[in-house]
Amino acid sequence: MTTGRQVAVTGVGVVAPGGIGVPAFWDMLTAGRTATRLATLFDATRFRSKVAAECDWDPAAHGLSADRARRMDRYVQFAAVAAAEAVADAGLDLDREDPWRVGTSMGSAVGGTTRLEQDYVVTSDTGRRWVVDHHRISPFLHLALTPSVLAAEIAEQVGARGPVQTVSTGCTAGLDAVGYAAQLVEEGRADVMVAGAAESPISPIAMSCFDAIQATSVRNDDPEHASRPFDRDRDGFVMGEGAAVLVLEELDRALARGAHVYCRLAGFATFGNAYHMTGLTREGLEMAEAITRALDHARMAPEDVDYVNAHGSGTRQNDRHETNAVKRALGAHAYATPMSSIKSMIGHSLGAIGAIELAACALAMAHGVVPPTANLTHPDPECDLDYVPGTARERELRAVLSVGSGFGGFQSAVVLARAGGRRW
Amino acid sequence: MVSELAVTGIGVIAPTGIGLDAFWKAAEQGNCVLDRVDRLAGTGYPVRVAGEVRGFDPAEALEGRIIVQTDLFTQFALAAADLALTDAGLDPSTLDPFEVGVVTASYSGGVEFGQREIQALWRDGPDHVGPYQSIAWFYAASTGQISIRRGLKGPCGVLVTDEAGGLDAIAHAGRAIRRGARAMLVGGTEAPLSSPFALACQFGTGLLSASDDPYTAYLPFTDAAAGYVPAEGGALFVLEDRRAAEARGGEVWGVVAGHGTTFSGLNRFDPGGEGLVAAIRAALAEAGCAPEEVDVVFADAVGTRAADDAEAAAIRAVLGANVPVTAPKTGYGRGYAASAALDVAAALASLEHGVVPPTPNVTATRVDLDVVTHLARRVEPRSALVLARGLGGSNSALLLRRASG
Repeated sequence: MTTGRQVAVTGVGVVAPGGIGVPAFWDMLTAGRTATRLATLFDATRFRSKVAAECDWDPAAHGLSADRARRMDRYVQFAAVAAAEAVADAGLDLDREDPWRVGTSMGSAVGGTTRLEQDYVVTSDTGRRWVVDHHRISPFLHLALTPSVLAAEIAEQVGARGPVQTVSTGCTAGLDAVGYAAQLVEEGRADVMVAGAAESPISPIAMSCFDAIQATSVRNDDPEHASRPFDRDRDGFVMGEGAAVLVLEELDRALARGAHVYCRLAGFATFGNAYHMTGLTREGLEMAEAITRALDHARMAPEDVDYVNAHGSGTRQNDRHETNAVKRALGAHAYATPMSSIKSMIGHSLGAIGAIELAACALAMAHGVVPPTANLTHPDPECDLDYVPGTARERELRAVLSVGSGFGGFQSAVVLARAGGRRW
Repeated sequence: MVSELAVTGIGVIAPTGIGLDAFWKAAEQGNCVLDRVDRLAGTGYPVRVAGEVRGFDPAEALEGRIIVQTDLFTQFALAAADLALTDAGLDPSTLDPFEVGVVTASYSGGVEFGQREIQALWRDGPDHVGPYQSIAWFYAASTGQISIRRGLKGPCGVLVTDEAGGLDAIAHAGRAIRRGARAMLVGGTEAPLSSPFALACQFGTGLLSASDDPYTAYLPFTDAAAGYVPAEGGALFVLEDRRAAEARGGEVWGVVAGHGTTFSGLNRFDPGGEGLVAAIRAALAEAGCAPEEVDVVFADAVGTRAADDAEAAAIRAVLGANVPVTAPKTGYGRGYAASAALDVAAALASLEHGVVPPTPNVTATRVDLDVVTHLARRVEPRSALVLARGLGGSNSALLLRRASG
């Protein structure tokens, strides 16, 4: 489907562990520093995995009023701050936009789980009551029950009255929320979409879910090196948190108003693997299909890809699945293309991470620098691509691919391409 | 180039019946199945009446290994997907798996499963949380399970836009078809009644009816409006490009002709209905449909005076006061993201049968609208407009057209 409308990325905002705000985030990624540590947000004593990548968070320091901070869950606070940064970065005066042509599309996998859990513990008498004491329930707890509040809060903040949607496709929610937003701009349903994702899952219930299936790292004695994508000694992902927001605009109007265009969002595709809710095939056929279709959408060939931002969660199965998928989709070019995982530094923030990774890709293109994969000291022989171990690398990036994979079988791919030069 | 977006299969799991035939028969007759619910008895909760799906046996519909790893909301979705595919006469295994996808709308996810596991965590400790919690509670559970069980590898998505989700998911699935998917399964289901905690989370909205009389608990558009009655269940649809559907001999229930969605402010219903007006106008514009061509409106019918008045004002502003307006959900409840999906099922059946079902229990209305009360009305509608709003500020409208003429 072609409408002739192309999508520009004109603003970026990030709240990530070890890097709140774009400058700190980018500095951290290019330095190859890790933000993984022993979890402090809850008492991890009885948990299998005690490691997490946490944001040192003070909502007031980032401009959130006490009223808004009280009303918002932690993940919504992250998104609000990232959205403010992205809109300012885009130089958009939203008071001068037609509000019906502005929308939001925000991803989250588990939404307000942390707030729900806090109220659950109190009203259930620490799990002793099945019928919880409704007299003690916060009157705003419905806002924690459904993550539609995420896109709504951001819409309220930016004054959007157009399409406003939360996307909750598990761990691909960040890529999908931005991808869906791009579709709406392409199709003329909106001219500006504030799109991204947020998550704050570092809480007993979310941590115990992943303990139960042994998906998270138990490198509790060496937490800063616990997230080891593509390394022989990897033992699972490290839970993270954070948010990222991109401002997407129709390209011609972005150029007409003289906006700084980071890149175009040129291609997006998502498929299901129809295989297993948590398991991945060794071959990666469905992720390969997502990559191929995203490149088709962008009217690009595999050889055009200059960098692959990997899902790279650091579980045994993911990193092999993904390596095979990228080889299948890019062919011999896969071996000539740097591919790194920033989860090695900031952990895996479930639904948020896809948007944070897109932010990293936009910054990588702007700076001509590929962020590294930290902690990759002993490559897994089955993972034999160029994962940019340890040190960032300068490289001109004309087109970048970011991929994601999530529980439920979701496989998504986004292609970002330089705005100037060849029009595809 | 896509010809039209055709609905070729409908799968309903509703308080009024399992399968479209039972659901439609109850709607046409104006049956009310709202009742005091055993699961809520003795809770002391300010909600006693609900729309409960009775006679749904997961063991009859699904394999045991699926049942142990899913919440009831996903079991509803899996069963509704089977019904929809059967109704469409579509065997997805005959198609390229990458060309058939799944989109569901969710509101609160697998709440009963989630409450059981969080109870195990806090009562007994972290090592008592089971391996399926990570896949049963989250909002994406139903899309993932349908995709896996039916072998569907096409575009898979999950939208969370409150009660508007059922309509927005259909629009999103339509987008996937325009971008090349051959067929999409789409809809929404909910199971909010089995988790006391999830239900209690709703009390702060002030929108749930506290009445214990099933016949007066949910009376939208009247002076006696006292909130809505929650419901469980939902509907899934098979959506296809019309030409492709007809080429395989599939029958078309109706056509999805236009969609509009807007936002009008968090945690309140837009009092002037301005957001809903814009959504309706967008749906009509996309469909190329003049206001006078809309033959029936399936209302959101929140059941509070302010929200009902805003909806009535929006309908009048765009369509005038003479269009028949109905809300069959007063007979079975308002089921969050499933609510609009059930309305779409009712609207498609209404187009097919030429009959507008009534609004059970509602008699004297306080709004200047032609609300269809008491008995079904033979109208032979050519097009139906379905409306849905969420407390989160979403307003959506979906325009459906009759398959022929």
